[in-house]
Amino acid sequence: MNELDQLYQQVILDHSKRRIGSPLVENTEGLLHGESHQHNPICGDQIRVRVELNDQDHFESMSWEGDGCSISMASASVLSEMLPEMTKEEFLDKLEIFREMMRSKGTFEPDEEVLEDAAAFVGVSKFPARVKCAMLAWVAAEAAMFGANK
Amino acid sequence: METMTGQPEANVSLSAVEVQRIKADFEILEHQVNGTDVVYLDSGATSQKPRCVYEAEQHYYENANAAVHRGAHTLAVEATEIYEEARETVAKFIGARTNELVWTSNATEALNLISYSISNASLGRGGDAAARFRIGPGDEILTTEIEHHANLIPWQELAFRTGATLRYVPVSEDGSLRYDLIDELVTEKTKLVAFTHVSNVLGTITDTQRFVDAARKVGALTVLDGCQSVPHLPVDVKALDVDFMAFSGHKMLGPTGIGALYGREELLNAMPPFLTGGSMITVVDMEHAEFLPSPQRFEAGTQRIAQTHGLATAVSYLQEIGMDRIAQWEEHLGAMLFDGLSQIEGVRVFGPSDARRIGTVPFEVIGVHPHDVGQYLDSRGIAVRVGHHCAQPLHRALGVTATTRASTYLYNTEDDIQALLDALGSVREYFGV
Repeated sequence: MNELDQLYQQVILDHSKRRIGSPLVENTEGLLHGESHQHNPICGDQIRVRVELNDQDHFESMSWEGDGCSISMASASVLSEMLPEMTKEEFLDKLEIFREMMRSKGTFEPDEEVLEDAAAFVGVSKFPARVKCAMLAWVAAEAAMFGANK
Repeated sequence: METMTGQPEANVSLSAVEVQRIKADFEILEHQVNGTDVVYLDSGATSQKPRCVYEAEQHYYENANAAVHRGAHTLAVEATEIYEEARETVAKFIGARTNELVWTSNATEALNLISYSISNASLGRGGDAAARFRIGPGDEILTTEIEHHANLIPWQELAFRTGATLRYVPVSEDGSLRYDLIDELVTEKTKLVAFTHVSNVLGTITDTQRFVDAARKVGALTVLDGCQSVPHLPVDVKALDVDFMAFSGHKMLGPTGIGALYGREELLNAMPPFLTGGSMITVVDMEHAEFLPSPQRFEAGTQRIAQTHGLATAVSYLQEIGMDRIAQWEEHLGAMLFDGLSQIEGVRVFGPSDARRIGTVPFEVIGVHPHDVGQYLDSRGIAVRVGHHCAQPLHRALGVTATTRASTYLYNTEDDIQALLDALGSVREYFGV
């Protein structure tokens, strides 16, 4: 696989079209809600992420609306699929692993058991200009989680 | 075809053979990117530099480095000569007198210099001589919707600081300026009109006369953004009849870190300075200071000497080839780009089809984000710019958040354009659109 094909793995191209979790959904009664709007000023990509958590700090859902490249949109789609039922701690652990992978310049060997479809983004780490695209939804979800309240 | 000064065109365009010879002066264009020869179509962002430019900088450091306008030793004298000769060369290049050219670090700084000097005048600095620069509540600043952020935000900020109102000439759906609204928008309240000579996104050449005539009628100052015109077209500030013009060295084969502000002599000498400190004064006591006339008045602190020498060398290089001939070649490449892109299925070109333009054309590949288009092209060694190109309001008016922009310079060949057109034919298939 050449570098371009490693960047645009089929799973990424598929997710960029399926956009799981988009558009935004209305808040569910009784859950904690958080929302975050993130911008990539370099290219104008933007995303609004809404998360819902229950009283046991488990994610119930992530929904989003955004405008951006295939990498940023696919990343949001993948995360929306992964997030439900995860605890805050599990999400923060995976975020740290994802971030480490993004900083690895292609040297990271992702564990698909842990990162699931997000492992497909390993090819992005060879393209420093695109790391922000892949991180955008994760950063938004993190900010939304920390701001969540009833 | 006529030049920007209205003189009939005497010379013919560069030939393909000449362009090949020019290209050989640019070491970087011989490099490989992703296993293929680099096709550089991002000169609108920054140009590549011929060897003579960085060799000139090296020569300066090896033979003449010293602080200018101070010190009596031989090196200081030589450095000062190089610095002032560079000013003369660049001033002549745009039809200005030598003391009408102020060095800045780039065009952004040049535009901010005007904005802050007007602020200072509005606070009463500069006394009666600076009265014509004062603005305040009830006054208006006019700009346009196609501006680069560098020719918009300094005026927004000036309006905030002074209480003046910022207005703008909008664009039509295709991105062309609404010239028909200028006479309505320029009124007795208008104190300053800032507009670009060539759109950095659309590549279209502004009918500057429309703005200048309207501004003159009401005595408003005119500020021209020459960033995309000075590198690509013959530009004569006296023929254009503008009061100020800003441009950047790095877009015209020169080094980064050097740009310039042109201003009419009588205006520059009446305008209070922006940055103050060493090298811009006559007499200083503990309470106040007297300032030198232009250009030193606006050149506080140790200056970018090697960079001015590099820029002057770039200007000499351009002059030797001939700006009118470069303009013709790029008009040809621009037409090839515009027509070629328009013919590709699934590609939408932005900008009016009937406008005069340089070799800059923005487009979108329908269904594929510009960032992905840029990445795909990069894998084939083709460098283009993607994003909003520091012109968010224009993109909003065009109904998009980002575009892909191809922009040429004198070293680009027809093969470069063809490489882009060929690559774009397969983008949608790759992304499954």
